Amino acid sequence: MKNNELEIKDELQEKSLFNGSLGRRSFLQFAGASAAGMALVAAGCKKDRNFPAMDGTTLDFKDDFGVLNYAYALEQLEAAFYVKVASAPPSSFTTAQKAYFQDIQFHEIAHREFFKNALSTAAIGSLEVDFSSIDFTNATSVLGAAMAFEDLGVAAYNGAGVRIKTDAYLVLAGKIVSVEARHAAYIRDIISNGSFADLNSMTALGANNAGGLDGALTPDKVLGIAGKYIKTKINVINL
Amino acid sequence: MNIVNILEEIEKVDGEIYERLSPRRSAMKDFYSMGKKIAFAAAPLALGSMFTKAYGQTLPTAVVNTLNFALSLEYLEYHFYNHALLGTDVTFAYPTTAAKAAITTIRDHEKAHVDLLKGALGGSARAEITYAMTDFTAGGTFGDVYQNYLTFLKVALGFEDTGVRAYKGQATVLKGNAVLTTALQIHSVEARHASHIRQMLAAAGASIKPWISLGAGGIANDTGVPQVDPVYAGESLDVQAGVTITGINGQSGVTKAVAVESFDEPLDTASVVTIANLFLRTGSKL
Repeated sequence: MKNNELEIKDELQEKSLFNGSLGRRSFLQFAGASAAGMALVAAGCKKDRNFPAMDGTTLDFKDDFGVLNYAYALEQLEAAFYVKVASAPPSSFTTAQKAYFQDIQFHEIAHREFFKNALSTAAIGSLEVDFSSIDFTNATSVLGAAMAFEDLGVAAYNGAGVRIKTDAYLVLAGKIVSVEARHAAYIRDIISNGSFADLNSMTALGANNAGGLDGALTPDKVLGIAGKYIKTKINVINL
Repeated sequence: MNIVNILEEIEKVDGEIYERLSPRRSAMKDFYSMGKKIAFAAAPLALGSMFTKAYGQTLPTAVVNTLNFALSLEYLEYHFYNHALLGTDVTFAYPTTAAKAAITTIRDHEKAHVDLLKGALGGSARAEITYAMTDFTAGGTFGDVYQNYLTFLKVALGFEDTGVRAYKGQATVLKGNAVLTTALQIHSVEARHASHIRQMLAAAGASIKPWISLGAGGIANDTGVPQVDPVYAGESLDVQAGVTITGINGQSGVTKAVAVESFDEPLDTASVVTIANLFLRTGSKL
């Protein structure tokens, strides 16, 4: 990562920290943030060092709650996006497209509310989103963003599955990811019919056409990509 | 295909991949030198064989069984589509070049899955299923499957939605294993296929969404094809992990249909075997 992409927090003034090797219990911090976006500040976490209390939300991947909260964060993002699209779709959307974007909106709301209830007191708070890079009046902009969210969502669930320790939660993640893949295929086909599973276009997400494999990304990579749409600072620990 | 990228991906879920590989340097060396020579199409096979060497006999029996089960389904899907593209007894016409291109894309993915699974299983791979062992009319239930484009799409949808449910049903067997990630990557590709086949059916006049909805009269099968009822058994569930999804937290827009659409259900091994056996001839059944 280039230095100019790093937004270094005052309390992490020691540049040498960034040269330290990343241990298992590495400390990763993602900040959505200002215009240029940012945002991955990573530092080796010294045991004898006291970090000041962090702002924003913390995803602690030490157990399944961390993975579920990670999914909850992504569903919050998707739901917020589709709520905005469905409330005022681009004028060029057909009646059928408007109806299906309503459907998708409610699917994402259902996912979001499910995680909220399932996590109960362990749930993270509501995230503040930043959709300033999306022109909601422009179909191309909206469809491009929708595709990005869906393909990323699929890669996120695929990459996080192996972290899940509880059978029921693993199956639940599976129940949701295939619906996201159905969305992704539908949106891709609107953009370009036949591109529903154009795996060559998703290599950056970990897809592999020769193996017929969809994307799969680790949470740090996913949050790095999603970061530009999230204002709330997301701290990741125990990844 | 970016092999280094794949190794990096594996490293994320199996930090010991290089350790596993290193005592078998020859395997790596063979693989890399082979990589220079072989065509891209053969790469998954080579990759699979490297995994076999890396993991050796460490694949638990349950995982081997699940991968072989998946391999059986992929063989079926591959032959179903491949015959639709090449079979001399296929008399229906694809309505558009895009339709034929989509079936070709799906056929190619199924072939890639067959090769990948075969490679990963190595010597533990089940015997090949040939086209001659299959019967895609399902004993006459879909008698005009290769003469009627709509029938063909309906059977295709049955295969894709079954495939998605089958992989989901095997997830817990693979829990925590590096193979799970690969299985999930196949699983979501099958879901993309299902979504597209549903759109092809809609384009051909069927009333069907890209996602599995609630069927007419509240039944689980939303396709309007009663012959595929077993494919959708249990899909009308709207309670997830004890949480009722319909109307959740006062969300009136989350109707029962939305709740059903939002979560795809798994299917257990026995149910999938029953469905798969409809398309396999006596003597070749699972």
